[in-house]
Amino acid sequence: MSYHLNHLKELEAESIFVLREVAAQFENPVLMFSGGKDSILMTHLAMKAFYPAKIPFPLLHIDTGHNFPETIEYRDAMVEKIGARLIVGSVQEAIDKGLVVEEKGYNASRNYLQTTALLEALENGKYDAALGGARRDEEKARAKERFFSHRDEFGQWDPKNQRPELWNIFNGKKQFGEHFRVFPISNWTELDVWQYLALEEVELPSLYFAHKRKVFLRDGIYMADSPFIMKKPEEKVEEMMVRCRTIGDVTCTGVWPSEAASIEDIIIEVSTARKTERGGRADDKRSETAMEDRKKQGYF
Amino acid sequence: MDFQNNELLRFTTAGSVDDGKSTLIGRLLYDSKSIFEDQYEAVKNTSEKRGEEGVNLALLTDGLKAEREQGITIDVAYRYFSTPKRKFIIADTPGHIQYTRNMVTGASTANVALILIDARNGIVEQTRRHAFIASLLQIPHLIICINKMDLVDYAQEVYDKIKDEFAAFSYKLDVKDVHFIPMSALNGDNVVEPSKNMTWYQGGTLLYALENVHIGSDHNFIDCRFPVQYVIRPYTDEFHDYRGYAGRVAGGVFKKGDKVMLLPTGFTSTIAKIDTFEGEVAEAHAPMSVTLLLEDDYDLSRGDMIVRENNQPDVTQDIEVMVCWFSDRPLQMRGKYAIQHTTQDVRCIVKDIRYKLDINTLHRNEEDKVIKMNDIARIQIRTTKPLFVDAYRRNRNTGSLIFIDEGTNETVGAGMII
Repeated sequence: MSYHLNHLKELEAESIFVLREVAAQFENPVLMFSGGKDSILMTHLAMKAFYPAKIPFPLLHIDTGHNFPETIEYRDAMVEKIGARLIVGSVQEAIDKGLVVEEKGYNASRNYLQTTALLEALENGKYDAALGGARRDEEKARAKERFFSHRDEFGQWDPKNQRPELWNIFNGKKQFGEHFRVFPISNWTELDVWQYLALEEVELPSLYFAHKRKVFLRDGIYMADSPFIMKKPEEKVEEMMVRCRTIGDVTCTGVWPSEAASIEDIIIEVSTARKTERGGRADDKRSETAMEDRKKQGYF
Repeated sequence: MDFQNNELLRFTTAGSVDDGKSTLIGRLLYDSKSIFEDQYEAVKNTSEKRGEEGVNLALLTDGLKAEREQGITIDVAYRYFSTPKRKFIIADTPGHIQYTRNMVTGASTANVALILIDARNGIVEQTRRHAFIASLLQIPHLIICINKMDLVDYAQEVYDKIKDEFAAFSYKLDVKDVHFIPMSALNGDNVVEPSKNMTWYQGGTLLYALENVHIGSDHNFIDCRFPVQYVIRPYTDEFHDYRGYAGRVAGGVFKKGDKVMLLPTGFTSTIAKIDTFEGEVAEAHAPMSVTLLLEDDYDLSRGDMIVRENNQPDVTQDIEVMVCWFSDRPLQMRGKYAIQHTTQDVRCIVKDIRYKLDINTLHRNEEDKVIKMNDIARIQIRTTKPLFVDAYRRNRNTGSLIFIDEGTNETVGAGMII
């Protein structure tokens, strides 16, 4: 008799273990929900981990105010369906309160400002663990991230001072005022996520599937036409079939020309793709170490 | 869908700075077509900027700013790639002496260890150290990559000599399954593509070995161990009396109807149901995450363990441990530390330091008992509460524990129970 799990089942078992570990080790965890496929996957896994009980922590959405409307519709429908508690942290409020100053110009994005709104929401809620859907295959700075990532009282990540993680033992001990970021799907790749969402028949926001949209080309990447982005005079809007590979806010999420109408089409597209999914993220392109620098400041 | 038959294999890589480890991983990723255009372009640009000849594949695996500046890897980095047969997770760890702790960390979850040897230098101190750590951490399979064969004219004598030398010292180690592969990571010989320069070698390539090594028996399917991780109590009308013990099977196979024993109480009961979100399953084995329901109404909590009556772990407060120390502050004789073992949280006192192990010669030093960062020692501890333990050799889940400094909360040591 042979007992073996396929790679998706093994990843699922690992993530469920981590989610339960968070519920057991922390007093006040929160799940960071962006509306992207990774946080949808994480929410789905959390639902499984605590079945038949409800997810024992709330979902936190940091609203940049520059969302694709589809993201918000999806979020509200999902929260309703699984009976979760939703908390919204607002970047607009942080701007109005004068906590942050909005960027200006063609490349203005609220992505950096999210960090302040996030840290503020975590502090207000006194959350001691924030679950994130980051994966190690996404970006080189994330390749060294731990499952349990320790943050000091400023929410900062010190890459040189991370706790070693051995076997399946996760050390969530901390001083008062410190908190953890926890990444239950660390070991999943983009392809794993799609394969699993297909197998599990998880409902997804329409943005991920090919649709007709007004776009314009900037630095080799198609961006959605939106009142939140200032276009340069030479940037011409055209209509074409596109889809998102990641979902951030409108100002920094590129869209890809694609005909992929179903999740099976997406799997084929992803497994033959020649560019990484974050290749369309303007926020990563600012410098070679853009992600590492943002993470140190307390980004997701 | 055909991807449903893929297995997951975790491997760790160890080698000195100049053994070409990053090049090997870069080669593996590149030749198996796991590198994306934008990643390749970025590396190509950097190589050109630095004035290097050709594309430096080693740059693909360099992560943080500090190490790109210094040109060395300073922490465990995880990489992913897959073939139609398996999905691979690489724990890429640095090889310098001061980073034994990272190597131990990477090795703790690995099915396979790749050990790199520079064919020109043969077996060096670091090779012995890596092999020893692989054996200490009980990595089930070793693949010895004899690299840079292009620099020794692809000579079979060099390969044979290193193979014999390795066998001569590894008999002292506890390694079961060892493979040797001659290769050139730089030119791609025997990494993904078979070498045209070494027709004398009849074995498979590295990728072939990784795809075919038998990992089906790497988990313990004999000794039933279920550490209770979390208790699920929905308190809803539909599930009013539901009390589920959530956890991950740490060993053995549990079936509905099995008579089980509960630790620490020693009470016995029967498995009423093995529950998951998809519904009831007939059996659960390592490493599945499930929820067990019992016939009887005992109030188990996190840290308790469900086992079989005729196959119990040791229930003990006095434990002999091989420890690898991770902290700047040396291990304190009679010092008190917090311990995490399975889902248990206890404290311990260090009762005795038996000896420090010289990991190059395997000599047991009973005089020098100052255990510093990266040292490995055998110690005896006493815990505040009994732990339910197996020897690490028998079960990596119930045989491992970590030491935590109670002042800083840092993980300061990794322990393997003897």
